[in-house]
Amino acid sequence: MMTMPVTADQAPPRSGRASRVVLLILAAAGLLASVVGASLFGTANLGPLVVVPRAGGLVGRGGSPPAAPLPRLLDALIWESRIPRVLLAAAVGIALAVSGTVLQSVTRNALADPYLLGVSSGASTGAVAVLMLGIGAGGLSLSAGAFIGALVSFGVLLILLGGGRVANPARVVLTGVLVSQFFAAVTSVVLMVSGDANSTRGFTYWLLGSLAGARWQSVIITGVIVLIGVVVVQFFAPALDAFTFGWDSAAALGINVTAARIWLMILTAVMTAAAVAASGAIGFLGLLVPHAVRIMASPMHRGLLPLSALVGATFLIWVDTFARTAFSPHELPAGVITALLGAPAFALVLRRVAS
Amino acid sequence: MGRITATGLSWSVKGHRLLHDIHLDARDGQIVGLLGPNGSGKTTLLRLLAGLRRPDTGTVRYDGTNLRDLNRRSLARRLAVVEQDISTHDHVSVRQVVELGRTPFRGRFDALTTHDQQIIDAALERTNITDKQHRSWHTLSGGERQRTQLARALAQQPREILLDEPTNHLDIRHQLELLELLTTLEITCVIALHDLNLAARYCDHIVMLDHGRVVAAGTPDIVLTAELIASVYGVDVLVDREPTTGVLRVTYLAPTGIGQPVNQT
Repeated sequence: MMTMPVTADQAPPRSGRASRVVLLILAAAGLLASVVGASLFGTANLGPLVVVPRAGGLVGRGGSPPAAPLPRLLDALIWESRIPRVLLAAAVGIALAVSGTVLQSVTRNALADPYLLGVSSGASTGAVAVLMLGIGAGGLSLSAGAFIGALVSFGVLLILLGGGRVANPARVVLTGVLVSQFFAAVTSVVLMVSGDANSTRGFTYWLLGSLAGARWQSVIITGVIVLIGVVVVQFFAPALDAFTFGWDSAAALGINVTAARIWLMILTAVMTAAAVAASGAIGFLGLLVPHAVRIMASPMHRGLLPLSALVGATFLIWVDTFARTAFSPHELPAGVITALLGAPAFALVLRRVAS
Repeated sequence: MGRITATGLSWSVKGHRLLHDIHLDARDGQIVGLLGPNGSGKTTLLRLLAGLRRPDTGTVRYDGTNLRDLNRRSLARRLAVVEQDISTHDHVSVRQVVELGRTPFRGRFDALTTHDQQIIDAALERTNITDKQHRSWHTLSGGERQRTQLARALAQQPREILLDEPTNHLDIRHQLELLELLTTLEITCVIALHDLNLAARYCDHIVMLDHGRVVAAGTPDIVLTAELIASVYGVDVLVDREPTTGVLRVTYLAPTGIGQPVNQT
């Protein structure tokens, strides 16, 4: 048989380990460059010579010559606002992209995404309950409330889906819509009954998904949870691959399916909850990024998981940079941008799934 | 070449008993055919043999070792399963599917070794699908998918293999090729089949199931009688031998009680 030309109906040629490593290194370099690059952009005009030494100092490498001392305000701006914000965007991007990748494999559903499945909505309910009903106090308890809310909604979703046994894509998505709408309604009730105008407005902003509230505390907590989650998920890459043809098929390949599914569901729930608690509901990223990576590289999870993480982080850093600078001095919530990009992309994924 | 022994297997779901006291013995590279009408319990029995469902009673042994004492991974290193009509939404290539067969031999972070690649190449070659190895699963015909799954099973280098109606969706040539291939492998096979003539020709041993019970077991000559086929399938048949090869031949006449020959379509 002749060598066939590469056409649209062919899977990309097998990518060996070498090309996978090259892709990963490129993506990692892209992420590092984005962290530095995005810190340069902002309403206050700071040149690279000012920001880079600060970022260099942050990662513990004082390679750059000592910069002239900055005015206190600018120093605080970079240290206390931009850098944590960029790092939080990276952590949230990783959490959502990896959770999406895992959910799509575990539910055997190309349309699975933490936002579409209502997890973000549950987090909002948790946060609103803390805020309005005065349980605890301060930013940390708000995040804790969001975290618990996300876990609860994820649990409700899993129960409705019979522990992930339901494989019909339409039913999975509709169940997600149901969970999402229910928790949104609870949130509205709490807001209407007990909210004053100011806190309600602040809250709406958070509901849309924004990284504006990034502080070191939330960056560190979210970052640690997400990093642990991503590393543990990587252990399940062979199981995720084996799920390609269903659970019986995976079991026949020697995978302990029940244990793998429980672990993966807990890991995605915790990572998503951490992300949503820190940033509110940023939608579609968990759908968009894994599909883009599958098209660019291989669908096998040993490479797909780390690549999705890196691309997700880079993507959200730039989305957020755009969100905070494009219409300066007005700032858009990052979740609005991801939805603007994500809804059309969702339509494309639907077509790809149908084919 | 391994040995699969099942004794006294029964299984029920929601109070309905689907399998009653099944005994089965497959050994030494034999091809054991599971026959029976739709719903007779062939697929269920294969799932119990594969350890994918737990029997209510009875035991399954591989070379004398109880299935319960084998962990999933070590079982998958000796037993391959080819399920019926499986699908995926992932855009995987044929080769990537066959690579899955190496799962039980691969560490969590290991790349495929040259040895793995050679085994995969050989499996693709044996199932005659090498030229399509970079095609996406979604562009394959039913027969090509079936051969891809068989290649994946062979990549597990199993001692035993369970196949659930693998000749479905295959044209006649590929049906014969697949069964010829199984006879050349030194692998003990348990295979659910619909086609009585294929079973007569390729199986060393036949287990006939009806309503979840074994109603006959033995060589094709013993099991494939006109009386048994009439009572199990409800079809009047003529059983004779094909003159040139001497292989048992089943000719379908009519559903029992109708009594008129019908054209096979």
